Formats: sequence, structure tokens, C-alpha cells
Amino acid sequence: MPRTTNHRVRSRAGRTARLLGAGAAAVVAASGLAACGSGDDGVPVLNWYINPDSGGQAEIASRCTDDAGGRYTIEVSQLPRDSPSQREQLVRRLAANDSSIDIMSLDPPYIPEFAQAGFFAPVPEDVAQRVTTDVVQSAVDGSTWDGELVTVPFWANTQLLWYRTSVAEAAGLDMTQPVTWDQLVEAAQGQDVRLGVQGIRSESLTVWLNALIESAGGSIIAENSTDPEDIELGLTSEAGVRAAEVLRDVSASGTGGPALSTANEDTTATDFEGDQGGFQVNYPFVYPRAQAAVEGGTLDQAVLDDYGWALYPRVDADTETAPPYGGINLGVGAFSEHPDFAYEATECITSTENQAYYFVSNGNPASDTTVYEDPDVLSEFPMAPTILESLQLAKPRPQTPYYSEVSGGIQREYHPTASVDPEQTPQDATELIEAVLRKEQLL
Amino acid sequence: MSTTTSPPTPRTKAEPAPERHTSDRAKAERKLGWLLAGPALAVMLLVTAYPIAQAFYDSLFDYRLTDPENRSFTGLNNYLVVLTDQLWWRSIGVTALITVVTVAVELVLGFGLALVMNKALKAIRPVLRAAILIPYAVITVVSAFAWQFAFDINTGFINSWFVWLPGVDSTTDWFGDFGTSIFVVCLAEIWKTTPFISLLLLAGLAQVPEVLQEAAQVDGATWWQRMRKVTIPNMKAAIMVALLFRTLDAFRVFDSIFVMTAGANGTETVSFLAYRQTISRLEIGLGSAVSVLLFLTVVGIAFTFIKGFKVDLSQARGDS
Repeated sequence: MPRTTNHRVRSRAGRTARLLGAGAAAVVAASGLAACGSGDDGVPVLNWYINPDSGGQAEIASRCTDDAGGRYTIEVSQLPRDSPSQREQLVRRLAANDSSIDIMSLDPPYIPEFAQAGFFAPVPEDVAQRVTTDVVQSAVDGSTWDGELVTVPFWANTQLLWYRTSVAEAAGLDMTQPVTWDQLVEAAQGQDVRLGVQGIRSESLTVWLNALIESAGGSIIAENSTDPEDIELGLTSEAGVRAAEVLRDVSASGTGGPALSTANEDTTATDFEGDQGGFQVNYPFVYPRAQAAVEGGTLDQAVLDDYGWALYPRVDADTETAPPYGGINLGVGAFSEHPDFAYEATECITSTENQAYYFVSNGNPASDTTVYEDPDVLSEFPMAPTILESLQLAKPRPQTPYYSEVSGGIQREYHPTASVDPEQTPQDATELIEAVLRKEQLL
Repeated sequence: MSTTTSPPTPRTKAEPAPERHTSDRAKAERKLGWLLAGPALAVMLLVTAYPIAQAFYDSLFDYRLTDPENRSFTGLNNYLVVLTDQLWWRSIGVTALITVVTVAVELVLGFGLALVMNKALKAIRPVLRAAILIPYAVITVVSAFAWQFAFDINTGFINSWFVWLPGVDSTTDWFGDFGTSIFVVCLAEIWKTTPFISLLLLAGLAQVPEVLQEAAQVDGATWWQRMRKVTIPNMKAAIMVALLFRTLDAFRVFDSIFVMTAGANGTETVSFLAYRQTISRLEIGLGSAVSVLLFLTVVGIAFTFIKGFKVDLSQARGDS
């Protein structure tokens, strides 16, 4: 009796194996087609690996395909959801000399690693000239490694301080003047509202800490180097300790809500839309998100009307703020069969017109400063001038080929943020990151 | 009264073959055996032995994926780094904790489910088996997300449903500290793999000879006595095999940790540590060393089970 069962199972397994085999063969065949880099009619196909968005990049790809007049077509392929996973996938494929990667949408902190590893085709001088004209400095910095432009600036993100006008008024805060973190904590406590920050153990935490250190006048990496053992960290500097203090004070104040240690950008945006919404630091996506919620009937128009925005909070009242810089820049794969077409395509993708379209339709701010004069942009995003101002002050996260190690070490030591010890944590993080860079410790 | 098991099936010994001389028939059978098992052996070598050997080879180098030119031989240094790192030992501890908790709970629950399936009416038995198997058919990542969403403070319903329980209120952040995170991870693992263990146990239950049960009943044994003296001793092999498979499986837990906590609050498991070194840090050498050590630990567990508890793997298949 058991034997017959076994037979049945085996033959079923055999069938499954055959099916799997056929499936695998089909996949291999399909990827072979994709890799050869030209379509059925001999027109080169450029593969653009995009981060997931609301469809804007796919639309831009089709517009630029039309613009190319039949010389090449652009096809988009979607990368994983979060930027560390996007990096993981691209790095593994580029390390295997994948020629199917023509254009890639990259989160700026990973650009030095790719550049150092030789994963980018060199940017032609004339292209470099054109794609940096009228572009905000933070986006140019984010596209540069070792004094050379290695990617094409596309869109540039920055965090603003969002507040409920009614709450700020009740707390007696003058939002036309720069505000500090201390003032915000006091106001949030006084009004019993939330001050939304991202305390989750992920990139968001590094973004926050970096903005705090830069706002205090320091840097996570004080002395940069391509040799990991020569990198000097600035976490224990005066600015580093001050940043840790603010991080701890904000977190320990309880204004971040009960789930601060798992709060990401979405969580804080949700909190801000809720009854206890008061303040939050977040990217501009929160505005179209609230508009969509109003249209969907899940949010009161009055709440949206109450939204106010200002520059990222200061650490010290008399030192200028340094908001986070993020966004996407475009890299051209070193193993691409059509780097010239790919660079031509990046110029089309990042044209003023397409950046304005992307800003208005997907809520992703442009790196091109002339976009901020576009009447459509201004009517859709009344905070556009504040975004531009913020981008001009914004500072990138540490630029190093060993960014994952630095960021990973920070996340391990500074999380949960409420238990950060300004005297000890920066020291521990420095020791950990240095040991990890010397390959003497696990991460 | 001692336990009652059916006498071991006497293994039929082949006639002692004449010395230094194998019959043609035996030769042909041996050849057929190799022909039948050969392809499977070749495939196993290709997909199992080769990657393990490659990982071991890589683990002897200081090798970063983005910097292949500076690859250098460092001998066993990577192992030294791993074994002297506190994080490794903590991950071993966390992994062992998850393994012990989940396997113990699953064994009890799985046994209960197996009994239900065994005794269920013939008419509903197929439906019942299929229903119990559903969680096992769910992809681990999907189940991890489902549990995460359920317990998440913003999207979840657990806090509002179980607010009457002591220690749970509307602001309980389940993924905010170690204990509660591990609790949810274990819960998700238990939900997902109890069906597997219950199916293995069901196969064991089916092997318990009905005659012994009837004899015990005639002797006036209670249900509990029959369970302890007849049923469990007769399915010991099946229980041990189920335990072995699940322990090996549980020790490699990755998906739930990756999705739910990403290693926050000290919840890193050994597989997650290997992932972080190899895939995130791109340190192929160091990551391979972690993987090889994980492999050796798993081999150690299997060895302990098979030798220590005398698990006979062939018993479970019912072809002794």
C-alpha cells in the first residue's frame, strides 16, 4: 500500500520536475533575448532599471522612445522596493558584467561604491556639462565621486518640516522663523501632539542622524578615503555628540509615538494625518498623499488645509540647518552595449520638461532649478520654493564606497534611538564601524 | 507493564556469498543499482556538494565582490573573526531559542492535529487534510508579511482585538523589543509549519498496528494508557524523524526575521547574519565562513539526532 503511494508521489514529482525544467528553459530563453540588447527589428533596446514609483518613469521612457525617432527604444524593469535591496540586485549583476543594464535609477549614497568598482560607463564631457547646468548643488554633489561626475542628476529629494498651522499657532511658534528641535519637542509636549520622526532600524535612521550631525556643523565621515582603513569618522566630534543628544532627547520625549523604534516615513505620514498630528519631518510625498486621501474620502479637507511647511529644524538656533538629500540619479552601466545611446537617453529623461512632469505627476521634486519656475509645478506644489531652498542647503549622506558598512554600523548602535547615550553611543559606533571596515567584526 | 511494540521485522539476510566471487546476478543488480541511483547522485553532487565546496573555498579568502582584484588568501582568519565575535554567539542563541520554542510547540499541536485527522470521519478526512495543509502551502515571505501586518501598530488588528489581555493595549509595539518580536516570529513559524509536522506524525499514527490497540482495549487499558504504552512507543521513529526535519528547518529561519524585524532589537539569526555579510556587505569570504559554520552546525544537529537518538530514517517511510 505505501509503495503505490510512493509511486504516485514520485511520478507526480517527475511531472513537476519536467514542468519546472520547461519553465526554467523558457526563462533562460527570455533572458537571453533581453540580454542581446536589440529588439526583433534590430533597433537597440535600452534597459532602464527603475525604482518603483507611480508610473512616472515608465511614461518618461515611452516619451523618450518617441523622441529617439526609432534609433533606440527604452524599456523599464522594476527593481525591489527599498534602496538597499535595489543596490544588492544591481551590484550582484554588475559584478557578473551584466550587459543588459543600460540605465539604472540609483539612490545617491550607493553611487561612490558603484563608481569605485568601475560599474559606470564614463560620462562624456559634453554630457556632464549639459546635465549639471541649472542643477541644485546637492544633486551635483550626490552624482560626483572622487571629483568627477559619474552619474546624471535626475530628481532630488529633501525633507521638510511639516506642521499643523493650528497646532503651531496654539503653541505660539512663529513658523516664518527657523525653529529648533528643542522648540518642537516643547511645543509637541505642550499641545500633546506627535513630532513625527523616523526611528526604524533602516536607512531612514541614518538619514536622520546625518541631517542632525550636518546641522550641528559636523559630518559622519570627517576624513574620507578610498582605503577603508584610512576613513576617519566624525561621530565622536562635538557635532556628533550634539546630534546624539538631540536624537536621544527627541526620542525620549515620547512625542514620537509608541512605535517610534519601528516608525518609517509612511508611519509618520499616517500619524500626521491622524488626530494627534502636530509636526513631522518628512519628504514632500506626504502632500500628494494627503490630497489623495481627501479625494478618497478618508481625510478631511480641513486637515489638508491645516498643513504647513518650513525648512528642516535646526539643531542650534544660530546654525543653519542641513536637511537630508536624497532622490535618484541615473547611472549608465559599464557593460552596456550602447553607452552613447544610454547617455543620450539620460539627457532626455532628465530634461526640464520631463522633470516637471515627474514632479507634478509623481510628487518627486526636480534637481533642475528651472522646473521650480513652472506654473504647473507651483500650482500643484505650493511648497515648491521651500523644497528648492531646502535642496540648496541639503547635505548628502557620507560618500564612501563602504556606505553599507557605515550605515549598517550606525543603525546597529543608534537603534533604538531612545536609549542612545550621547557620551557612549558615538564611541561604540565608531569602534564598531572601524572594526567592520578592517574586516575584524561582523555586522 | 512495559511498552508494547510490534516485534522488529527480521531483516532477511542474503545467503552468505561465496568468498572472492560475486555471482553474475549480483553484479547485474549492482550495476542496475548504480544506473538507477547514478543520475540522482550526480545531480546531488552538482547542486549540493559543489556549492558547499565553493563556499568553503571562498571562505578562505578576503574577498569583496566589488573589489575582486584585491582578493587575498587569509586561511582560517575569517573563521577566527566569526567565532570571536559576540554577534555570532548571540545569533546562535537567538536561533536556538526560536528552534526550541517552535519545534516543541509544533510537536504538541501537530500531534493533536494528527490525532484529529486520524480519527476524523472518512467523509471529511480529505477536506480536513487539505485545510490543515493550507498554511504550509503559503510562501514563507507572504506569511511573514501577513503576520507583520496583523501585529503592526498602524495596520494591525491584534492590538484592538486582544486589548483585554494583560500586557496588550492599543499602543503595544510588538516589533519594538526583543521578547515581543521573537514571540510574533515564533507564532508565524508555528502557524506555518505545524501542518508539516502533523502530516509526518499522521503517517506514524497509521503505522501503529490496530491489533495492538484492540488487545490493549480488551485488557481494559484507558485511552491515556493506550496512548502512552502503545501509540507513542510504536510511532517513536516517526516522531524522531519529524523532530529532526523540523529542527533542521527551524535552525535556518530567515524569511520571518528578514521581513518582520530585519534583525532589529537583537533578533538576528544565523542565516540572517550570513545574508548580511554576503549580500549586504558583499564580503563573500566572511559571509561564506558564516554559511559554512551554519552548515556544520546543521550537520551536527542531524548527526546528534541520528546517532544520539538512534533515528532510523528508513523507518519513517514505512519500508523497513
